Amino acid sequence: MATEILSGKVHVNTTINGESTDFLAEPRESLLEVLRETLGLTGAKEGCNDGNCGACNVIMDGRLVNSCCVLAVEASGADVTTIEGIAGPSGLHPLQEKFLEHAALQCGVCTPGFLVSAKAMLDENPDPTEDEVRWWLAGNLCRCTGYDKIVRAVLDAAASMRGEG
Amino acid sequence: MHAISYAAPTTVADAVSILAEHGANARMLAGGTDLIVQVREKLRDTTVFVDAKHIPDLMQLSVNADGSATLGAAVACHQIYGDDAIVAQYPALVDACRIIGSTGIQGRASVGGNLCNSGPAGDTIPPLIVHGAVANIAGANGERTLAVEDFCTGPSRNVLGDDELLVSLTLPKPADGSGSHYLRFIPRNEMDIAEVGAGAAVTLDGDTITAARISIGAVAPTPLFVAEAGEALIGQTAGEAAYDVAANIAREAASPINDMRGTIAHRKHLSFVLTQRALRGAVARARGMEVGHGH
Repeated sequence: MATEILSGKVHVNTTINGESTDFLAEPRESLLEVLRETLGLTGAKEGCNDGNCGACNVIMDGRLVNSCCVLAVEASGADVTTIEGIAGPSGLHPLQEKFLEHAALQCGVCTPGFLVSAKAMLDENPDPTEDEVRWWLAGNLCRCTGYDKIVRAVLDAAASMRGEG
Repeated sequence: MHAISYAAPTTVADAVSILAEHGANARMLAGGTDLIVQVREKLRDTTVFVDAKHIPDLMQLSVNADGSATLGAAVACHQIYGDDAIVAQYPALVDACRIIGSTGIQGRASVGGNLCNSGPAGDTIPPLIVHGAVANIAGANGERTLAVEDFCTGPSRNVLGDDELLVSLTLPKPADGSGSHYLRFIPRNEMDIAEVGAGAAVTLDGDTITAARISIGAVAPTPLFVAEAGEALIGQTAGEAAYDVAANIAREAASPINDMRGTIAHRKHLSFVLTQRALRGAVARARGMEVGHGH
């Protein structure tokens, strides 16, 4: 049977932050646009809209991705974690706590992307070196902090999550 | 973006029929890190995205019974450096997959997509060339194969017809005593496009080089296979004197332009230096030594 070519509003079923979520999206729309404008999940930010800045990063099927470089229709059947899904029912994620403690943000626009990226790293590597943290986060741009406080917060959060904090 | 449609075929034949029907308006969508941005910025007129990632042939990654490897055109970079067998056999390609874009880009971007984007600075193309990779292409008139060094025809241009797609890449098994390395020079510390990139693959018998392939990127309209540089190494003792000869040939082969990332003179110089370094790394790996991935 020939493959259907989808246009107009396409029905997409996906899982976002653990909840089955349905939305309608045109094929031209990015996952970022749908998260922010259709679903009201405005934590992911549009910085560059071309895959350079990392402010829109989400975790899709276990991989860190730039949601501006994913079509929303591609998320059909996918499992997506956004910044809104990082905190647990009992409070902030250790990364969020350590970002506050270390004052690892100023204007805050890049912060959701950094937190999602750092979570994806710690899911894979709970004990990263400073070099590994800097390398992993190279795709997240911050124009305020100079990065040092962010890197320290991530390393401290990792230690805390390993029970060494 | 304009009115755009999307299809997710599950077979190569279905994908080909969509491409054949829609011509230049349709384009295969792998990781999307180039294509989605290009369409958004109106650099391409694509109106039909044909998702490559539901076609098993384009998603396979395997080392075959004969020791060669098959790399589906839509396999993402992170899968390549996450595969121990591929890492062991094709270290130059792995070097490129680890430094291309960011972690987020590597989560989606594919080697096949990098090849089909056909940028002169595409980081995975020199490694594919030195590994002797062959492109497996399907189209309305059937299948064909082509050496990767013959795939790109100019900046953002390649041999694919409107009704054709890249299905996979076949990488031959490296001979015993082989090693390879890819590295690039960029103005920043990471997350940038190569000013020059260089890949080398060598095979050693003791200290004697018995086979070598060299490719340099970002110094011509397409990534260059510098066959003569590799041939000049055959029968030579692995060492600086031999590397200098090959690196000089690479420098002569480079025909770069001036742009925001560098000058002609600097790119010529880098073609020499990076070829030396790629050879040092390739030989070290052929001897079983650890070489970092250029970061």
